[in-house]
Formats: sequence, structure tokens, C-alpha cells
Amino acid sequence: MHEIGIAEAILEAVKTETRQRPGWVPRKAAVRIGELAAVNPDTLRFGFEALTRETELESLQLEIEVAPRRHLCSRCNLQYHVLEFDLRCPQCGQESTRCVGGEELEIAYLEMEAYEPSNA
Amino acid sequence: MNRVTLEKKILSENDRIAGDLRNRLAESGTLCVNLISSPGSGKTTLLERTLDRLPRNYRVAVLTGDIQTENDANRLKRFGFPVKQITTGGTCHLDARMVERNLTDWTLDHLDFLFIENVGNLVCPASYDLGEAAKVVLLSVSEGEDKPLKYPAIFFKSELVIITKTDLLPYVPFNLVAAEENTRRVHPGSEIMRLSCINDDGVEGWLDWLQKRKSAKVELSYRT
Repeated sequence: MHEIGIAEAILEAVKTETRQRPGWVPRKAAVRIGELAAVNPDTLRFGFEALTRETELESLQLEIEVAPRRHLCSRCNLQYHVLEFDLRCPQCGQESTRCVGGEELEIAYLEMEAYEPSNA
Repeated sequence: MNRVTLEKKILSENDRIAGDLRNRLAESGTLCVNLISSPGSGKTTLLERTLDRLPRNYRVAVLTGDIQTENDANRLKRFGFPVKQITTGGTCHLDARMVERNLTDWTLDHLDFLFIENVGNLVCPASYDLGEAAKVVLLSVSEGEDKPLKYPAIFFKSELVIITKTDLLPYVPFNLVAAEENTRRVHPGSEIMRLSCINDDGVEGWLDWLQKRKSAKVELSYRT
């Protein structure tokens, strides 16, 4: 259950970014979590919501993109999604392939809105 | 709405500290091994054998992580090497900052091996780089042979998989061949060892692996 720590790190990055952009409010943080990253998206969302509740970031949305385990075939250069740990190239049957995706634990982007003081 | 592209690692702060540690360890020629397994797979027992049997000219230190208690450090201190317990107080893994903080009393130049015994857990330690040269995962025969398929991340990231407690094989329904096949499915390049600390099978192989890995590491750091 280290997703809370991951959620904290995301919020830390959002806050750092926001401090550098006075007048802008963060609305959405988009993260990319690889299948091999050992992070459960539901638990991450739960932790994220628990940490932002009743804070200035309560309205911040979290978008999670799950990145598949992708391999690159050393013979025919096909990039493919590995299903059920079957690593062989589905096109040419080559066994020697290299992992090129699935370990991601990244913040892709942040959506920000210009701050407008309410008239109320 | 304005989109700010970050493309930044979520654990970039951890990775930065781990990167610094890795550089320092490479400069001092210290081989750092991060031992990972479920609770009760034999990490501490393997370390006891290691401290007891490694040639005495090596200088060794151990950081051992648990949620509570100093029990493991007390077990390991008997061998006369510096040992420090990291109690995480609830956190299910070690992170690079905990390692960095607990290394301050030691001079890395005086160490040949630094062993880090992670908190017993096959999930979270996979996400945290500690600056180690190699992750080593232990799987005991009293667990299921499908552990590599259930926890692929850690088996994928570990250079060496040690199947422990093989002295129990006559008494447990563990399929050794299937365990090794499952490991290779997840990580075709992994090295696999079978070991028992009770009847000593495989312990020499592990000590050899450490010493070979250590010389490889030294050559590598000379090159840079």
C-alpha cells in the first residue's frame, strides 16, 4: 500500500509547478502508470482523493493512463503489447525481444486554468 | 485551459537521491545489494550465512528494514559487522532517503559490500530505487510457485532470483521447475539459484555470485 506515497509525490509535483505559475490554478493532473510499476490505479485514486479532500486541491482531477507492457522484436522491429507473459513476437515468433514499455510511473501533463477571482 | 507538459517521473526525488547514492557507491567500489522477498522467505537467515561465510578480508555493512522491532539487527550484529535497523513505523518499503539518512555514520570507502534488507513485501519495494547495483529477490519453497506471475514487477526488476528453503522440498508441494519457468516467463534474462541455509546447498554459489559481481562492479567504476 505505497500508493499514498505515490499520491503524495504527485501532489508535491503539482504544487511545485503551481508555485512557478502565479495566477494559474491546476485543474487536472494526468499520470501514466505502467503495468509493471506495481501501482494499483484504484488504490492510487483512493489515496489521491483522501489527500486532497478539504484542501485547496480538492477539485483537482486525476487522470490515470495505464501503460501496457510493450516489447520490441529484435528481428522484425514490431512493437507489441505483451499479454499473459507471452513474450514471443506475434508476427515472426522471435523469442529475443526487449521490454520498451510498462515500467512508467510518470506525470504526463498538468491542465491549468487562469485564476479568476469570483464576483461574489 | 492551458496544458503544461511535465513528462516527469513521479518518484523523481527518490530517483535523484538513489542516483547520487549509486554514484557514491560506484566511486567507493562498494557493491550494494537490495534483498527483497515476502515476509518469512529467509532474507535475514541468508544474511546471517553471508556475514558468517564471506572471506574475512571483506568489509561489510547491513541496513535492515522492518516496520517495527530491532530483532533483525540484533540477529545480524553477532557477526561483528556494522548493522543498522531502519524501522519504518508503518511504511511497507524502504526508500532512497531512508537509506541515505542511515548511511551517514559510515564511510563508504571502507565498505566492500552494503546489504540492504528491504521490508518483507513483494509489491512496493519494486517501485523504489535505493541506488543498489542489483536487486535480488528471494522466493521460498513454502510459498507458491506462481509468485513470479502474481508479482511480476519485482521479478522483472531483479537480476537474481534465489529459491530458498530447498531443504523443505520433500515436505511441500512446490514445483521447482514450474517456479523457474514462471520466473523466466516474467524475466527471461534472470539468473536463478536454489539454496538452503539449513543444509548449506547453494550457499557457496551465492557467495561466489557476490564476489564475481563485486569484481565486475569494481572494473566498471575504474572505467568511469
